[in-house]
Amino acid sequence: MEFTVSKILWTLLGLFIVLNWGLIMSGIMRKIVARVGKRYGIPLYQPYIDLIKNYAIRSQITHGVMFYLGPVFRLSGGVGIFLFLPLIFGSEHWSNFSFSGDLVLILYFQFFGMLGMALGAGEGGHPNSAIGISRGLSQFTTIEVPMTLAVISLAIQYNTLSIAEIVAAQQGGIANWTMLTNPFATAAAMLSLLGAFGHSPFNLVKAPNEIPIGPPTEYHATFLGVLRTNAAILHVVEAALFMNLFFGGATNWFELILKTFLIYFWSVFVGVVFPRFRIEQSVRWFLKIPLALGIIAIIVMI
Amino acid sequence: MKETDIHDKFLHEENKKREVIAPDGSIIEIDPLQDYFCDARPQINEPFKIKVIEKFLNWARAESIWVLGFGTGCGSIEIPPLVTPRFDAFRYGVQMRATPRQSNAFIISGYLSVKTLKRVIRSYEQMQSPKYVIALGSCTINGGMYWDSYNTINRLDHYLPVDVYIAGCMPRPEALLAGFMKLKELIKAGKAEKANEYIENLDWYKANQKKIIRDWNMPDYNW
Repeated sequence: MEFTVSKILWTLLGLFIVLNWGLIMSGIMRKIVARVGKRYGIPLYQPYIDLIKNYAIRSQITHGVMFYLGPVFRLSGGVGIFLFLPLIFGSEHWSNFSFSGDLVLILYFQFFGMLGMALGAGEGGHPNSAIGISRGLSQFTTIEVPMTLAVISLAIQYNTLSIAEIVAAQQGGIANWTMLTNPFATAAAMLSLLGAFGHSPFNLVKAPNEIPIGPPTEYHATFLGVLRTNAAILHVVEAALFMNLFFGGATNWFELILKTFLIYFWSVFVGVVFPRFRIEQSVRWFLKIPLALGIIAIIVMI
Repeated sequence: MKETDIHDKFLHEENKKREVIAPDGSIIEIDPLQDYFCDARPQINEPFKIKVIEKFLNWARAESIWVLGFGTGCGSIEIPPLVTPRFDAFRYGVQMRATPRQSNAFIISGYLSVKTLKRVIRSYEQMQSPKYVIALGSCTINGGMYWDSYNTINRLDHYLPVDVYIAGCMPRPEALLAGFMKLKELIKAGKAEKANEYIENLDWYKANQKKIIRDWNMPDYNW
């Protein structure tokens, strides 16, 4: 891992592309959800306008230091995953700062943003924030269990914790993808992915119409702008992580865009079909089938 | 009676000054109105100095209007059709938000009882500048069919600055959409600066509000 100026510039360019693709993708997905509901839906560029509008709000209030730091932690969680994730296989410029143990670090970064956000939103003091946080953390704890089991299964299978090596092992046609060589781990991880993306039936963290907005209830203006910027980045990098682990990675940007779109679409597809779980239903659900699949994936690999 | 006594008379029990024993045994004095709320006088938020940039920002504000989901009176029933397939306001960048912190527009949808007015003022003051008020229905203009009611206000613009009026009893969602289009025109022309107007004439608005809300038991200005 070298820190040269050109390497940093390439990484920033990658971040810029990922951010834009994330915004466009969220626009497309909201359009799809609208069409399912027989609405015309927002313009595709609406996420950009919302972002500009949020940054252009003239007045802001604060509830304290942690309130400032919440969105910063969240953003560093999203950017942190991006920095250590190889985006394009075999590319010198787009493998970012990935190294031999990056998979563990990325699993850690997934939780990092949520914890920071919990502290910040907690200082906001709104009851809906507190409810959203307690739901989010308890749900994410149960999501992590099958996801981690799947990752351990992969580590046993490929004998490595480096994402680049896992992608390398999957090259040479669809038959080599983890999706086919280790279907149980893939199933466990894809089911826990539904919770990670937070669409219905697992959208009880933000739960529109129930605990309106959830944790970011008190966040506005630039704070909200930072959160939305992070959401756009996070959606793409989470999908790219799963693409790397289970679907053969990507050798060019077109492949990355197509695969991340399909992986994100999986959660949206489930979301428009199924209604929202309550928190205890959601926690129980993750501790049943996905957990069983995760354990089977490990037993099979041992 | 002094003004402070009247103030205390309507204060809720949990908002009164009291002494609390801290975990370490020391006694702390708590004044919730001072400790939990910021009662600093609001400042005027000037538009951006460079005109081209302000024009661009105004375009973004006009194309992304987030409406506070707060229904008053009978007009709030016109909001659900607005965001569902028949009228679909999302096409025009109009979206509903559930928290005043993130909202830009406040629809006063019909008559306002004095009790609701108090909540409306609190919600309006928690919204961040620039913010807009759309007054829906004739009740907000002159009281409408409730003009001689004992418990509703007649003219909304005595209490809050209004950007757009939509007349009718009740106006249909089409009229509401037309109102949004008018609001967009105003924002793009840089004429929707009523939030600053409210701050400039704060004393006048506060006097009007206090005249009608007799049990004023909150800070003078709610952030």
